[in-house]
Amino acid sequence: MHMADALLSPAVGATLWAGTAAVGGYASKRLKERIDDRLIPLMGVLGAFIFAAQMINFTIPGTGSSGHLGGGMILAVILGPHAAFLVMASVLTVQALFFADGGLLALGCNIWNLGIYPCYLVYPLIYKPLLGKSQKQSRIIIASVTSAVVALQLGSFSVVLETLLSGKSELPFGAFVLLMQPIHLAIGLVEGFVTAGVISYVHGARPDVIESVSSSRPLGDRVSLKKIVITFAVLAVITGGVLSWFASTNPDGLEWAVEKAYGRSELPEKGQGIAPVLKAIQEKTAFLPDYNFKPTGSASEKEEADPGWPGIDAGTSAAGLVGAAIVLGMIVFVGMGIRAFRRRDT
Amino acid sequence: MTFDERYFDIGRLDRLSYKDTCVHRLDPRAKVIATVMFLFTVISFPKYEVVALAPFFLFPVLLMTVGEIPILFIVKKMIIVSPFAIFIGIFNPFLDTRTAVVIAGIPVSAGWLSFLSILLKFALTISAALLLIATTSFPAVCHALRRLGFPALFVSQLLFLYRYLFVLMEEAMRIIRAREMRSFGRRSTGMKVFARLIGTLFLRTVDRADRIYYAMLSRGFQGDVPTLKRSRIAAADLAFMAATVAFLAVFRSFRVTEEIGRIAQELFL
Repeated sequence: MHMADALLSPAVGATLWAGTAAVGGYASKRLKERIDDRLIPLMGVLGAFIFAAQMINFTIPGTGSSGHLGGGMILAVILGPHAAFLVMASVLTVQALFFADGGLLALGCNIWNLGIYPCYLVYPLIYKPLLGKSQKQSRIIIASVTSAVVALQLGSFSVVLETLLSGKSELPFGAFVLLMQPIHLAIGLVEGFVTAGVISYVHGARPDVIESVSSSRPLGDRVSLKKIVITFAVLAVITGGVLSWFASTNPDGLEWAVEKAYGRSELPEKGQGIAPVLKAIQEKTAFLPDYNFKPTGSASEKEEADPGWPGIDAGTSAAGLVGAAIVLGMIVFVGMGIRAFRRRDT
Repeated sequence: MTFDERYFDIGRLDRLSYKDTCVHRLDPRAKVIATVMFLFTVISFPKYEVVALAPFFLFPVLLMTVGEIPILFIVKKMIIVSPFAIFIGIFNPFLDTRTAVVIAGIPVSAGWLSFLSILLKFALTISAALLLIATTSFPAVCHALRRLGFPALFVSQLLFLYRYLFVLMEEAMRIIRAREMRSFGRRSTGMKVFARLIGTLFLRTVDRADRIYYAMLSRGFQGDVPTLKRSRIAAADLAFMAATVAFLAVFRSFRVTEEIGRIAQELFL
């Protein structure tokens, strides 16, 4: 469920990068305030651990297919939200660079979807209250499963929103949600049970580890003002994104999606708050803001006049096609030339 | 992809990044900035754009050939991660059936164009990201990020992760091998065994982190990972950035592909 660059628009990518960067800056500031030097190598090695653990798979009972660990929730439970967020961000960065999972622009989205939700929303608001003071196995299971499910649902719903806001996909909102949420419900359940299993195993085998790690984390305090501010910032970006979607004047296929989802093509909501800003950014970044699909007009006109091919003047689409072939041919030629030159050199 | 393949893949990218070509010698900051600009330009194209994307393949092709990166390796990695983009994009042709162009008498719907556009953008963005890491060593990228203003804590986190990735992957590989030898077929690959394996791996990791910490303390660790290598932006780096900016600006604002096509048609038809 990694978001991909190709499905993103610059505005959505940049917004989520900005949000992620803000939270990342906040996390490292909070960690620095009360950091124990010991935490630095531990965080790093745990990042590598998540990688290694993701490569061991297991058979999902009853289905025969195999699953692996996601990791966000385990990290949050063991390290506390700030450290866990940075570890998760680093894991996703390495995945984006080495496995091209997602991409560099979508990295903001991916850290947001898979890092911020488990660490800053689900862990403090769901896991901790559900677990309470006890460390009983049943409580651990209930808390982990609920948290993993909620975190993944939020994450996959964000993938839907990010894709639709970018407007590159034609999938209607309703169908997209129906496609994503149930799959991730199943994944979330499995992940929750695995998380619970690992936590209670570690707790049983070496209770000192979880306790020592959690005592060195800076989150012993009650809900602070900053945490509330962060939560609201997260919600603001989400709602801002939704508003900008509604406020967008030219929602292409989305209009249809909205019509399908809500039964009418126009939503009463008009742009407020962050929406106009987003729109301004979008207009600045899009060089051709109200780009109409030019070949449509010219080609259909041509079709009436002269459907033959190749015509000297068969419209932009023909010129485009020929041009693309020439350009790609030249690039291949340049590439092969350089390669041949290099080979002779060495 | 099996575990071993993934593991050796990282190793291969790592080895590629230590080659010595003029692309590898460029300052990591210049390459990071150029890649990000390239990505933004590519995805800023509207959803139906197809032909204008063609010239942008020059960027990855140049990096690949001058940097001596095997093309099949990059293509293989691209194909492995392609399912999500394809899965989301493949709905476009079925949902957006307005006829957009007619080529050789065959009507092509707008949905196919936007799907093709997604595929091209996918190929461009993924190859650019992979080539960045194939031509720049990961520690160098990290230090570049540090100098570009990323938090020090996050950068040392990345460096640690990378340093211990290989160690822990080898450990996981031993665990997998041991499990496979004892589980004839797939009988003990269930969730219960899995949770214990992961738990054990976790405990070993924590112990290892402790040992690393003491080893670092005895070498004077004070919470930051400094680098000895002083990198300076050289003339070549500036030239590279300028060329990239010019290239992106020209092909983003002018419809060069169609112009070339038009000229060619006038010349030959």
